Amino acid sequence: MSAIDWITQVLEVVVALAAAPALLGWLNQCRAWLQNRRAPSLWLPYRNLRKLLHKEAVIAENASPLFRIAPYVVFGSMVLAAGIIPSMGTRLPLVVSADAIALVGLFAAARVFMTLAAMDVGTAFGTLGARREMMVGFLAEPALLMVIFVASLISSSTALPVITEHLASGHLGLSPGLAFSAVAFVLVLLAENARIPVDNPATHLELTMIHEAMVLEYSARHLALMEWAAQLKLFNYVCIGFALFLPWGVATGHIGPVGLLVAIPALAVKLAAAGAGLALIETVSAKMRVMRIPEFLGTAFLFAVLGLLVHVLLGA
Amino acid sequence: MLLVGCIALLLGWAGIGLAGLLRPRSVFFTGRILFPLGALLGLALAALGAVSLVGGGIERLVLPIGLPGLPMHLRLDPLSSVFLVLLGASSGGISLFAGGYFRAGEGTAPGLLCLQYHLFLASMGWVLIADDAYSFLVAWELMALSSYFLVVTQHRIPEIRRAGFLYLLMAHVGAICLLLCFGVLQGGSWLFTFHAMRAAHLSPGWASAAFLLALVGFGAKAGLVPLHVWLPEAHPAAPSPVSALMSGVMLKTAVYGMLRVGLDLLGRPLWWWGLVPLILGLFTIFYGVLFAAVQTDMKRLLAYSSVENIGIVFTGIGLTIVFAGSGMRVVAALALLATLYHCLNHAFMKSLLFLGTGSVLHATGERNLGRLGGLIHRMPWVAWLTLIGTLAIAGLPPLNGFVSEWLLLQSFLFADHLPHAFVNLLIPMGMALVALGAALAGYVMVKFYGVIFLGQPREASLVHAHDCGWLERIGLAWLALGCLALGLAPVQVIGALSAVTAQLIGAVVPQASAHWWLLAPVPGRPVSYGPVVFLTATLAVVLLTALLVRLTYRQRVRRAPAWDCGFGALTPRMQDTAEGFGQPIRHLFQSFFDIERELPAPADRAPRYRIAIRERIWKLLYEPLSGAVERLANTAARLQQGRISVYLLYSFATLLVLLTVALLS
Repeated sequence: MSAIDWITQVLEVVVALAAAPALLGWLNQCRAWLQNRRAPSLWLPYRNLRKLLHKEAVIAENASPLFRIAPYVVFGSMVLAAGIIPSMGTRLPLVVSADAIALVGLFAAARVFMTLAAMDVGTAFGTLGARREMMVGFLAEPALLMVIFVASLISSSTALPVITEHLASGHLGLSPGLAFSAVAFVLVLLAENARIPVDNPATHLELTMIHEAMVLEYSARHLALMEWAAQLKLFNYVCIGFALFLPWGVATGHIGPVGLLVAIPALAVKLAAAGAGLALIETVSAKMRVMRIPEFLGTAFLFAVLGLLVHVLLGA
Repeated sequence: MLLVGCIALLLGWAGIGLAGLLRPRSVFFTGRILFPLGALLGLALAALGAVSLVGGGIERLVLPIGLPGLPMHLRLDPLSSVFLVLLGASSGGISLFAGGYFRAGEGTAPGLLCLQYHLFLASMGWVLIADDAYSFLVAWELMALSSYFLVVTQHRIPEIRRAGFLYLLMAHVGAICLLLCFGVLQGGSWLFTFHAMRAAHLSPGWASAAFLLALVGFGAKAGLVPLHVWLPEAHPAAPSPVSALMSGVMLKTAVYGMLRVGLDLLGRPLWWWGLVPLILGLFTIFYGVLFAAVQTDMKRLLAYSSVENIGIVFTGIGLTIVFAGSGMRVVAALALLATLYHCLNHAFMKSLLFLGTGSVLHATGERNLGRLGGLIHRMPWVAWLTLIGTLAIAGLPPLNGFVSEWLLLQSFLFADHLPHAFVNLLIPMGMALVALGAALAGYVMVKFYGVIFLGQPREASLVHAHDCGWLERIGLAWLALGCLALGLAPVQVIGALSAVTAQLIGAVVPQASAHWWLLAPVPGRPVSYGPVVFLTATLAVVLLTALLVRLTYRQRVRRAPAWDCGFGALTPRMQDTAEGFGQPIRHLFQSFFDIERELPAPADRAPRYRIAIRERIWKLLYEPLSGAVERLANTAARLQQGRISVYLLYSFATLLVLLTVALLS
């Protein structure tokens, strides 16, 4: 591991931290344009974070230490995840210690801490959100794992950089197994990041809310960390999608500053396209009832399993 | 030498048990002296097992006790050493906890309990070192009986007696299968030592019969669906340390037996044998975790979670046999590693959780999740130590549950190389079930922990709950430490376990990495996992964030009442209940459950909502079966007239028949 690898590693995390709010801002902008509204500023998420960080924190009287630790754990997990996913380069020193299964485990750990914190104060909303989040999670998590396994079977490894390198070096088209799992992945991405049609990030309606119900008791810096973590999660998921299905532009091997100069614009372009695509999906679909969510995610799970079956069947 | 030491330690346990009878009513004598002493012996046994495992040798001993032609054969090899380590290390924590846990005036006297408890421990150790069918079965029965008496400690409660009877019944159904299995295994030589069984050449048909009999026999003890029905009854009935011991250790003796018969005594397994435990295991995972998700009794929930974990272990055994039978030895060794690792993990994490529920039960007198809540404020020690077990069993990195699931998934990824058409298609599908089971286990554990320890107390009496005593704390902390150690040092653990894979499979998984902290056991694949780095990185990021936030934004924290939506009349009863938390699963998988609902009518003065969830398997399998047995018994009872003349007639008729036969031949 050379110095340039460590620089890439740090750069990836820093870029993720910096770009995650912008991705959300861009998504909201695109959504507003598509819905004929005046778009909010791209920098709105940053201003929100700054505002929250400067406020006085209010914590419920009966909150336990777990409640105060959770935002840091959730945020830390997402930052670490950003360091594992090869968004710009594949030579990442951290990745040796955590493959894609560990990445899914990391997401699960963040989810578990978030739901436990939501249950901690013991209000009806928090527990309701926790229950719904776990309902989304127990189907989304295996679906994501199956998506990753299809790519792992193709490239004989569960390490994300190896998968990315293998897929980037191959032919341009998706293999049939991967095509199925790409569909599954998009569904999982929507569900895991509390987007329409699974959750509506813009409302606080008790009939539908999931993510917002869980963070209802948080304020100020704790809320800022939770929000930033959610933005990082969206960024991470989009980058997983790039690593598995659009691995072009990612610097493979020991490519120096030049490779990174290619990788950064490539990432920016891909993020912009993904944000616009997500905004389009969110605009054309309607929020579904909570009990329909398992069907939605069951579809995703079946698509991923189908992808695996197709891959093994075709022996590709 | 090690084997002699091992026998001495087991005898020591028996001696401690007998010493309990000296002062049977003294809680101080048994709790503060004998149980901690038993814990020490357990740790010594674990150390001894570890030494034997690292040495990798085999020791034999023949003691002149037992049947006339069959003295007692004992043997210490890597496989038994692993399980001795498991028994010793986890029972160390459990015994310490038990020392603080058992109180006077609860059913059986402490001294008698001490005897049963330590006989249970000693018999489990004996099962692990037995080297002939006779002493194996004697030890097996001693284990079943001593645990039966422990289950019915509070024998004045009818449900507990029922649960005990069910347990005893299932244990004996299993034991009969084992008896038949050993009968087949001796292969006509009429030698019942394991050595002779290894040498016996069985035809494929008979070998398959022996394998299936062993699967039923050990499966009944381990709790493989559909033979699991005793677990959710017996675990809640038993005192918590006993539940911990049964779930954490005793189930693993069955796994030991399965590995011993399937991979050692039967020699080279046929590949398709593995499909049976694989399919049953996958089904067990799914079944166990679904039922765990809808339970409202915390110990029943854990019992179903044990069923799930046994499913994972048997899935691993199935994969091992499929790979080994297909000649993919190194991958088989990987699957076996996952199996053994999961056994060790489960021994620590499930014991920890059961003991945690024991503390809660003592402090509150409640097992019903609907009457608990908010205990993290009253019982911080129990709550934080249990949190480690909860996260571990939910399979979250960098704790131990993740390592074995990681290994299992890695070995699943080789299934597409199997040389059997269709099977190599279907086995990767099993991965989907394992992944789904792992995610559902997370759901179950969030429910378990959140409802018991977080939120507001659902009953006013919970305000008086107290934390556990110091012996209990040490016991819990030891098990939590085990979870951490197994999670952080997989390279070392796997290095020690490779003696077993060498013994049973004849192959060792190559350790591709030169670093002590990096696990890279997957042959020919650039895959690695470094839990220490993982933990360090997570901690570093978390601490750095906390530091930065603190340095940059020095705002104070104000405590205020929770937001009540302006309603003002919220009570703790309005939190989500255990039923509520399980509702999505109940709704989604309705057809799995036998649900009995009592819903209030709109005009009810005192509305009542009740829901009871039973397993369909009772109506589908066990009730018809018990009906058939009863009918058969009634038919047979007609012979029993109770009059001496009728019995004389039977004797006379028999004599006539025999004489006729003798004359004709």
